[in-house]
Parts: sequence; C-alpha cells; structure tokens
Amino acid sequence: MTRIQRAFDNQKAFIAFITCGDPDLQTTAACVRAAVEGGADLIELGIPFSDPTAEGPVIQGANLRALTGGVTTDQIFDLVRNLRRDVEVPMVFMTYANVVFSYGAERFIATCKEIGMDGIILPDLPYEEKEEFLPLCHTYGVDLISLVAPTSEKRIAMIAREAEGFLYIVSSLGVTGTRSEIKTDLESIVEVVRQNTDIPCAIGFGISTPEQAAKMAGIADGAIVGSAIVKLIEKYGKEAPAYVKAYVKSMKDAITDVT
Amino acid sequence: MTNQNGRFGVHGGQYIPETLMNAVIELEEAYNHYKEDAQFNRELTDLFNDYAGRPSRLYYARKMSEDLGGAKIYLKREDLNHTGSHKINNVLGQALLAKKMGKTRLIAETGAGQHGVATATAAALMGMECVVFMGEEDTIRQALNVYRMRLLGAEVVPVKTGTGTLKDAVSETMREWTSRIADTHYCLGSVMGPHPFPTIVRDFQAVISREMKAQLMEKEGRLPDAVIACVGGGSNAMGSFYHFIEEENVRLIGCEAAGRGIDTFETAATISTGRLGIFHGMKSYFCQDAYGQIAPVYSISAGLDYPGIGPEHAYLHDTGRAEYVPVTDEEAVEAFEYLSRTEGIIPAIESAHAIAYATKIAPVMEKEQIIVITISGRGDKDCAAIARYRGEDIHD
Repeated sequence: MTRIQRAFDNQKAFIAFITCGDPDLQTTAACVRAAVEGGADLIELGIPFSDPTAEGPVIQGANLRALTGGVTTDQIFDLVRNLRRDVEVPMVFMTYANVVFSYGAERFIATCKEIGMDGIILPDLPYEEKEEFLPLCHTYGVDLISLVAPTSEKRIAMIAREAEGFLYIVSSLGVTGTRSEIKTDLESIVEVVRQNTDIPCAIGFGISTPEQAAKMAGIADGAIVGSAIVKLIEKYGKEAPAYVKAYVKSMKDAITDVT
Repeated sequence: MTNQNGRFGVHGGQYIPETLMNAVIELEEAYNHYKEDAQFNRELTDLFNDYAGRPSRLYYARKMSEDLGGAKIYLKREDLNHTGSHKINNVLGQALLAKKMGKTRLIAETGAGQHGVATATAAALMGMECVVFMGEEDTIRQALNVYRMRLLGAEVVPVKTGTGTLKDAVSETMREWTSRIADTHYCLGSVMGPHPFPTIVRDFQAVISREMKAQLMEKEGRLPDAVIACVGGGSNAMGSFYHFIEEENVRLIGCEAAGRGIDTFETAATISTGRLGIFHGMKSYFCQDAYGQIAPVYSISAGLDYPGIGPEHAYLHDTGRAEYVPVTDEEAVEAFEYLSRTEGIIPAIESAHAIAYATKIAPVMEKEQIIVITISGRGDKDCAAIARYRGEDIHD
C-alpha cells in the first residue's frame, strides 16, 4: 500500500494545502508539522509561481509573499528533506507546469522521489498534455494527480480511468478560494468516478467550514482545504502554526465520524 | 500548419485548467465547422468590408523610400481600419463565431487598449455584453482607450495583481473564464494561449497578408523582398507573414520590444532573452528566471509588453523561416517621429518598432527591392506618452 493509499485507508482524509515560503520556510515547516499534529492525513505543498492562473486572491497573495521573500524550488526541496526526518504523512507538490519544466522535468521528478514526495498536482496540465511529465513520473514512481471539474462531463470517465494516487475533484467553477455555498452536483461526479476507478477521490476548492468538510467527506473520500489555511498564515504570520493546528483539528474532527 | 493537437513543432498545446477543457474543445469544433461555412464567411467578409473598412490600403511611401535611399517601402495601413488597428480583424471573426455558438458575453484582455476597444466595439455592434481586463499600469498609460471602451458600453476591470500589465490582464481574463463559461467567450487578442486560439487568431488576421500579396502583385507585379511587423504576442506579424511562409524568397522579420535594451532587465524581447517554457496555455519562449518564474517585462509600448510570443512564431524562429530582432524604446520613438514627419502618418508606438528596423535595412538594400511594413495601428493613443518620453507634459 502506498503512503497516499494509507491516508485514505478506512477513514476520510483531510488534506491541507500550504504555500511554501509564506511568510518564510521556517514558518512553513512549523505549519506542516502543526497540520499533521492537528490530524491532516495528506499535505499539499505549494511551490509558488509568479502567475498562478488557477488561484484566487488569497493564494495569489501567498505566492507573491513567498516569491518576494526569495524562496526557490531548491530551498523547497531542502524544506522537504528536513520535514521527512519526522513527517510520515504523504506529501504532494502543487505547482504550475513551468516550474517543473523549467527546472528540467527529469531533475525535478527524480528529486521528488529522492526527498520523499509522493505526487505532483499541476492545475495547468490537463489530460491532453499529461504525456509531458507522465512517463518520468512512472520512471521515478511519483503519482501525477489528475483533476476533474464541474465542467468535465464526458471527460470524467476518461480522466478517472487513468488517474493515479488520488483524484482531485474541483468543487466549483472559477479559481481557488473560500465559498459560502457549493452548488455543483458532486454526487453525480463521484458516482462516475467510482464506476471508473478504485483510487480515492477528494474534493477541493471553496471548502472552509467544518460543516462543508463533513458534507464533502460524506460525498467523497476526503476534503482538501487551501485558502482557509493560507488566510490564517496571512493573518498570524510566524505565530500561525498554533492556529493552523487548531483549525485542522476542527476540520479533521468534523469528518472523522462521517461514513 | 497546425498539427492535430495544436502544435507548431514542439510549441503550442493546451496547458490549461481542466475546467476550461470542454470550452476550448467546443470552440475548436465550432471553428472547424464555421470556417468552411459559406454563410459565415459571407457575413464576416461583409463586416470586414462595410464595417471595418477593408481592404486596408497598401501605400507606397515615396518620401520615406527616397529619404532612406534604398529599397522601395510600402506601408500596409492597418491603422486605417475601424477602431484604429488590426485588432478588429480577429475580433469581428471571434465575435461572430461566439454569436453563432450562442454566447452572449465577451471577455478580453488588453494591453495598449486596442484589442479592448475592438472587442467593446464588436460587442456593441452585435448586442453582446463585454468585460475587458486591463493592467492597472496600462489603464494609466492608456486612459483615453479606457474611456473609449466605457463609451462603447464595456466594463473595464483594472488588474492590480503582478506587474499590472498585459500578462496579468491575460491571467485575470483566464480566471474570469473559469468562473463563467456557459454564456461567455474569451475573445483572446493575439496568436497565443491554448489551442485553438493561435490558429483561429492567425486565420482571422491572415487577411493582412492575403491582401498585401494581391495588392503588391497589382502595383509591382511581384512579391516583396521583406515583410516587417512588430511582435508582442504576434498577431499582426502572423497575419502579415502567413501567406508568404511558402514564398521562401520573402524575408519575414518580426520586431520585438527591447525596451531599454536586451542587456538590461527592462526588456520584453522574448526571442532574444527568453527560453522555452509553458505559460498561459502554451509551450513557447518566455522571459523567465532560472526557476521558471515569469519575468516582469518592460517596453514603452503597452501592446508589446508581454513576456511570451505566440507558438507559431516560436516555430518559425526554430526553423529559421522568420527572423526576430530587438528594437529599443529609443529607436521606436525616433521612428514614431520620423514617420509622422516624413509621410504625415502617426503610427502606433508598437508599429514604430517595425518602422525602426526598416530604416536600418532599407538603405543597404537595392533600389528595386521592396519592403512592406505593417502599420498595425495608429498613434493618436501614444502622443501623450511620447511627449512625456521627450520631457513634455501634456494631458491625454
């Protein structure tokens, strides 16, 4: 069983997203450990990009703060090496295709394997372009995580059949960010997913409250939260880890009894 | 020229969020249908001729040719089109296509404001809603165009993220499109972005080289020796080059904005200073740092102030079929003033980059040789900025 599979084994998974280097890498390391202590089952580490076209204002702000602070891909690899001394939950990178391509795809993906990253999420790499990185991901045993969206319709089955690790279900139209309401018919999407793959699926985009997390975990195998955590880090800066831990615990508690 | 998946050599592709995939697939299917549709083409030709004022003139610049003392220079007058630039060609095509697809709302990015004005114009004409995203910095540089768009009934959204210029306007328009797709068409302004945009925009702009070829055959009975156009994303250049690509004796020259020089960080010359990358839906050349972060680029011209170049240009560069040369702010401003003085034509500062390069090569060419320069737009919008560049403070 892979680390990602274990995160979903006999439980609903809570997935926490954190932008690396916001406001600095020490705080990122502390926030990751705090999220794990709070009960996060899987960590998404955002490698900041200058022009994050899939992000709303909150994560855009985090990207900008991190890059202004001078964080680089190599420093983030070192962060992961440090984290892997004691952090055992699966971790995946979330970044944009150019960050991987420009580093040298093979060098990037081989390093992911070496430092203990389990997967990569690239929101600007749809099914049609996945050959760009998929063969290298297979060579090094790193999962290339696929996404399905509310507009995917007939594409859901095609994407799900070839998905690896876990399937990321985008809850709503638009970019990342908290939403008061999620209106997409996610039950139907999950039904098609389940008909086409055995890997777990988790819902992200727009989730911020324990009630929403419980509802999403009821539909799928897990809930992904980004902007709500990034907002805490924006607000509390270096003091954020304690708040992140408490928040993650409230979210994990909310999904623990969901069946 | 386009391969199956919208590739030009290694360039192009569809590097976009899954949320937009069905939208670009639907667009490609609609385009493939309507481009062969006689009724669609009749309607588009009528709009080109009766509304936009096509065909645009091919003007022999006698004084300029004599002054430079070398090749004969012709100007392809896209500045005379309705709305004042070549942008209207693509916009009329896309707006008509969007209308046929049942879309009721157009969104667009704009740099100098020319594409935004053209989109607002087509939306007004066709009774569609219109929202234009424009970098905040550019709304200041091009205040008059912001007013024009509002006058035409469009909403203008200043984009404050990033560098507040064209690339940020593109990013924000993409974000807007992912949030509202069903009734909305993204009227992309250049030969860039995900497939099928580079092909669609090229095809609608190819009218420039189709006319150019026929007009020059009529006036001179031969093809030009060189075609010169400015390149940001590259739509007027692609339109100017397209029907000459197979004519191997015609030099195709794209002029990039070097800003304060390609040896400075204040430049937007992608071919000279960029490298291969993936951004804004396409694989192509981009100005970027060692870690793939897109560089904040600079040019006096808001329309060329973009860190990438369309994928077909990247391919023409790879194969050597077209040449791409950097032109600085200073050279462009001098050319802006030169054409105004010499021919009584005030060109857009974007187009002035092409004129600047022509003034370098024309004197060393033979008198029987012919250069065609595409004047992609008119320069009224730039007068205040050029005055400022020269130290004169006038208001728009």
